[in-house]
Amino acid sequence: MARVIVVTSGKGGVGKTTTSAAIAMGLAKKGHKTAVIDFDVGLRNLDLIMGCERRVVYDFINVINGEASISQALIRDKNCNMLYILPASQTRDKDALTKEGVGKVLEELSQDFKYIVCDSPAGIERGANLALYFADDAFVVTNPEISSVRDSERMLGLLSSKSRRAERNEEPIKEYLLLSRYDADRVHSGEMLGLEDVQDILSLHLLGIIPESKSVLTASNAGIPVILDEKSEAGQAYADVVARYLGEERPHRFIDGKKGFFRKLFGGKS
Amino acid sequence: MSTNPTNTTTILEFKSSTFFAPILILFKNDIATIELSLQEKIRLAPDFFKNSPLMIDVSELNKLNHEIDIAGITTVLRKIGLFPIGLRGGNDQQNNQARALFIPIDTARTNDSPMSLGKTQEEEIATQPAQPKEETTEAPIAPAASSPPSTVATTLITHPVRSGQRVYASGDLIILSQVSAGAEIMAEGNIHVYNTLRGRALAGVQGKKDARIFCFDLQAELISIAGDYKTSEDINKQNQKKPVQVFLQDHALIIQEIA
Repeated sequence: MARVIVVTSGKGGVGKTTTSAAIAMGLAKKGHKTAVIDFDVGLRNLDLIMGCERRVVYDFINVINGEASISQALIRDKNCNMLYILPASQTRDKDALTKEGVGKVLEELSQDFKYIVCDSPAGIERGANLALYFADDAFVVTNPEISSVRDSERMLGLLSSKSRRAERNEEPIKEYLLLSRYDADRVHSGEMLGLEDVQDILSLHLLGIIPESKSVLTASNAGIPVILDEKSEAGQAYADVVARYLGEERPHRFIDGKKGFFRKLFGGKS
Repeated sequence: MSTNPTNTTTILEFKSSTFFAPILILFKNDIATIELSLQEKIRLAPDFFKNSPLMIDVSELNKLNHEIDIAGITTVLRKIGLFPIGLRGGNDQQNNQARALFIPIDTARTNDSPMSLGKTQEEEIATQPAQPKEETTEAPIAPAASSPPSTVATTLITHPVRSGQRVYASGDLIILSQVSAGAEIMAEGNIHVYNTLRGRALAGVQGKKDARIFCFDLQAELISIAGDYKTSEDINKQNQKKPVQVFLQDHALIIQEIA
């Protein structure tokens, strides 16, 4: 049985799709067969970030409607043959998603895949609800600013009450925090919420801090998940996230920004 | 066989004792509706109701002259896994029906003077429709119905109550985790939060004026006891990060540090 991961946030623009692409690639690179599904029906993005937009024939909605089989719609990633992408439809809207349809697709994918990453749309409407409904784990992507934290908090409420696990009274969804677009210098100057402030409100298991990095935009534009850019801080941060998710112990980095780098060089605690 | 150490072997003994059994007070006489509603309640607390003995109280129905089929209700109860052990408040015909089904008749109390035990229960069921849980878009974590019918139980919640969630307790409410901003917790009794309280907390929602709110860190958006309330604007920030209790004194909410 596959593990279903939902990448969610409530707020838009915090890095859900970037995160979905990065962790799906990270899991696949570790040798786990992984599928990543774009739930943002109507606003197709994931295929761009994954660089497979020119190979889309069938999409998620086609599969739900029975117009194509899953194997026809899945696109194999060009960088990693353990990774498959199920793109969203651009011509339909989120009403085309049904609980039964999504359930059936996930069920079928579960036979074959180890991890299924669901890239949730922003908001708390149908697409987002269905993306989280079947989840086993949730990666809550949050920016260090108050509205993002509030929306994440709301999302956590939905995760613990609107999911299938909640409805069936099963073990609740495991919730993890990913603090993205983190700028240590701005945290120091008090312009941005720090990790502590965010955790004070959310108190979640921290999977990683993704520093604000130019490489994210560059990678997105190039259609290469940023995790493949091993030189970039964001890429390394995502690699840490995947490793931690898979149970590896890794110290948290990027909390203190550049100064942390020097401290590490001179043998400070890290 | 006998555990009696004396020479005279005891075969049996009569003793007077009391034991507790839930009383099922019926307000409607439609068996199908009752069955549905029972199943709903049992689903919330299956262990509590499993094989439970049960007293049937039809005094409310008889006040309204609603006829009920004793045999029918007995069948439904047994089917669900409950054991009807008595009938209370029945008329002659109902009592005869019950006797024919080997169900004893409780005549100890008249219809108009239910014991306090029965009263609590009656109130609890009667107030159920007034509960705000139906309006909420998300499932309340612990609906009041999960409390045992004979006593008003304490509701215990060990996980965080997140934004947008609502919790209603018909007795006391104890929360071991944080209550986030945008969450709402309500109790007919006291509220204890052994963590930070950021959401809205309403104690004594059915008018219990001596209800109190206790918490480790008061950052609530609103606190209310028996309808009197304070919003976060009126809550002194100095009380933050300290254990406090909130109680009602002459219609004023007093926030007091717990030393």
